[in-house]
Amino acid sequence: MSQQEVDRERRKFLVAATAAVGTVGAAAVAWPFIASMLPSARAKAAGAPVEVDIGKVEPGAIIAVEWRGKPVWVVHRTKEMLDLLGKHDNQLADPLSDMPQQPDYCKNKFRSIKEQYLVAVGICTHLGCSPTYRKEIGAADLGADWPGGFFCPCHGSRFDLAARVYKGVPAPINLEIPPHKYVSESLLLVGIDSKVESVGA
Amino acid sequence: MNALQKLLGWVDARFPLTATWKAHLSEYYAPKNFNFWYFFGSLALLVLVIQIVTGIFLVMHYKPDGSLNAAGVPVAFASVEYIMRDVDWGWLVRYLHSTGASAFFVVVYLHMFRGMIYGSYRKPRELIWIFGVIIYLALMAEAFMGYLLPWGQMSYWGAQVIINLFAAVPFIGNDLSLWIRGDFVVGDATLNRFFSFHVIAVPLVLLALVAAHLVALHEVGSNNPDGVEIKKNKDPVTHIPLDGIPFHPYYTVKDILGVVVFLIVFSAIVFFAPELGGYFLEANNFIPADPLKTPAHIAPVWYFTPYYAILRAVPPLLGSQFPGVLLMGVAVLIFFALPWLDKSPVKSIRYRGPIYKWFLAAFVISFIGLGWLGILPATPLYTWIARGLSVVYFAFFLLMPWYTKIDKTKPEPERVTG
Amino acid sequence: MKLIKQLFTLLAFVPLAAAASGGAEIRLDKAPVNLSDKASLQRGAKMFVNYCLNCHSASYMRYSRLQDLGLTEDQIKNNLLFTTERVGDTMTAAMKYSDAKVWFGAAPPDLSVIARSRDPDWIYTYLRSFYRDDTRPTGWNNIAFDKVGMPHVMATLQGEQIAHFEKVKDHEGNEHEMFDRFELVKPGSVSQAQYDSMVGDLVNYLAWMAEPAKPKRMQTGLLVLAFLAVFFVIAYYLKKEFWKDVH
Repeated sequence: MSQQEVDRERRKFLVAATAAVGTVGAAAVAWPFIASMLPSARAKAAGAPVEVDIGKVEPGAIIAVEWRGKPVWVVHRTKEMLDLLGKHDNQLADPLSDMPQQPDYCKNKFRSIKEQYLVAVGICTHLGCSPTYRKEIGAADLGADWPGGFFCPCHGSRFDLAARVYKGVPAPINLEIPPHKYVSESLLLVGIDSKVESVGA
Repeated sequence: MNALQKLLGWVDARFPLTATWKAHLSEYYAPKNFNFWYFFGSLALLVLVIQIVTGIFLVMHYKPDGSLNAAGVPVAFASVEYIMRDVDWGWLVRYLHSTGASAFFVVVYLHMFRGMIYGSYRKPRELIWIFGVIIYLALMAEAFMGYLLPWGQMSYWGAQVIINLFAAVPFIGNDLSLWIRGDFVVGDATLNRFFSFHVIAVPLVLLALVAAHLVALHEVGSNNPDGVEIKKNKDPVTHIPLDGIPFHPYYTVKDILGVVVFLIVFSAIVFFAPELGGYFLEANNFIPADPLKTPAHIAPVWYFTPYYAILRAVPPLLGSQFPGVLLMGVAVLIFFALPWLDKSPVKSIRYRGPIYKWFLAAFVISFIGLGWLGILPATPLYTWIARGLSVVYFAFFLLMPWYTKIDKTKPEPERVTG
Repeated sequence: MKLIKQLFTLLAFVPLAAAASGGAEIRLDKAPVNLSDKASLQRGAKMFVNYCLNCHSASYMRYSRLQDLGLTEDQIKNNLLFTTERVGDTMTAAMKYSDAKVWFGAAPPDLSVIARSRDPDWIYTYLRSFYRDDTRPTGWNNIAFDKVGMPHVMATLQGEQIAHFEKVKDHEGNEHEMFDRFELVKPGSVSQAQYDSMVGDLVNYLAWMAEPAKPKRMQTGLLVLAFLAVFFVIAYYLKKEFWKDVH
């Protein structure tokens, strides 16, 4: 009888050990399969930083480049456009860019590194359409007080020229500002962060 | 009653969970004398799971496209190399699948051989055997079509040759092979239909057949190395076979051990010799398919070579390859007839006479010899050897009704031994 | 039963050497393939980019993967990136595939997996077996690959050699020309020993490039086998314990 008691303990232990080792093995086997669904080397290469020559973007004009399969806009804002930016903060949902929709170095009035150049991911934060660039001030279909900005044709979301979203539109938050940096005066690299200079302590 | 038991009770009231567990595992009584040969059934199931899981993940990245990319490489071939390089752990998933294909046949051949030596195909298990042979056929189709997908030279020309066999069928042959290819040569259309069959149609059939194979097995109960029925000797009170033990836990723990040993061998190949000297992955299949250039020597993958050797051994009749094709087909299909060819009063090789053992040994030698010859280029000498071995192969089956009757058998024991 | 098992093992370990050899039956020199020699692999990568990539591509191979050989992204960018701009790109030939097909009839093959379809020893022998042959359109022939379409792109290194043949009678009395030896008629910029070592590096690189995952495969394999060995011990005692009931 006592013999059987000992056996039962041993059995319990061996079953537990087998289950434990088997579980570890199964988890280890699962990992390569899960990892195989991560972006591949090709996807990562395609998602590598994109160089943009912004020297040729005329004041007031926009260009779109592809980064990680998404449109990234570069808008050369004129002095006039920049002046209008601070005048409608009360109509915006997040005028001070409190939501983390931009790198720290773009959390400022213009949501940009250089005042005149807006770099933003051109995907509406509502359902992923790409808004259109509507720079004409007071456009007939957008209202007399339209200061220029982006209008999403899918569900009517509106953004200003700092890619900030208006109140009362379907899109909940500002457009995303991608990580970017200036390699030289006219060469922009999208997809890689500017080194954040530590300002003071 | 704790929460888990409550949940189980809830499920059991709606689905026969506990009943199924009992019927097929904890109260399924298997003979207690299973030996080494009885590992291969559960191992075949394991390999099936490996192939399905790795296959699902390969399909996420593989592209069945025969057209050329900008670098002049067929998209399908390039997508395999993409898996091997760009996909995280893709090389492992691919090697598991390519090694799994060969492992499947190793395990299935050993499993079939087990059935042969212990007479597992005999009454009342004829249907288990028939389901098994259909599984084997489906597996061959699955492997053949899967082999085209990497779109290398061996994939391409192997498929070309095998599909052309159908052209030897009298009257409808040419139309038949054209219909199979969907083009005048093996091409994009062929690749896409093979892909469809390989990933959807045949696996579905395979799963259904495996289920039928197991249901039939659990209906009549397992055979054993002595070939005596354990159900003949039941405990008068419990009605449990005296020589039976519950599959769970006894055979689950035994099969776990078998699985670990199998995985050691399997991993050694996957990680240290995935090409296995050219038998599992051929050098020529690392050259993209080129419809204008046939490799000097085409041989099918090792698991098909016995039949390929039979095909080549048969001389053309009236300028037609059909007799060879026919005989190759018969060589596979003849397994179906085994339960009715065997007239021996005993099932297991343990109680059979010397004549059967000689015939069986000759059959094994002919099967391996033909497999060996099927890998080599045909020379007149080899062709003659292949003819001799083909005769032996068929003699094993066709003479079976005669030699199993006259053979001197030993008496079967009442109960299982060992 | 033992016999069958032995036959299976025998079958498994006779390599299909014939399938991998190329054309003529010649004696192959052993290529110095050593995938753990990173310095050799780096030199080989440089050779590959300088001498092969003009005509051949390695279109499944990303430059960024060269980081496995211990190179940094900047080193790759500055020393090896000639045919493209981005480190993440694949190694495409300077010559476009579509152009090559028009110019040569057949485009030079992609070399990504060449060391898997060809024996590295064969490649090593081949790259050192070019000889002057005025009957060929390129002016070059090769002992390992008769009437090869490719010219000797590394002739400036190796120099120019001619081949001497000897007449040999086979057992049926037919005369055959058999390769006897090479003679260097115009020295190249490096010695023969140096050239052999350079080609050795290149072939080593080709062998690595054919399966960049191989080192990781071997490493993972050891871990897996070690794990299974532990599992085996536990599974063995588990089985033994339960089967005490039966025996």
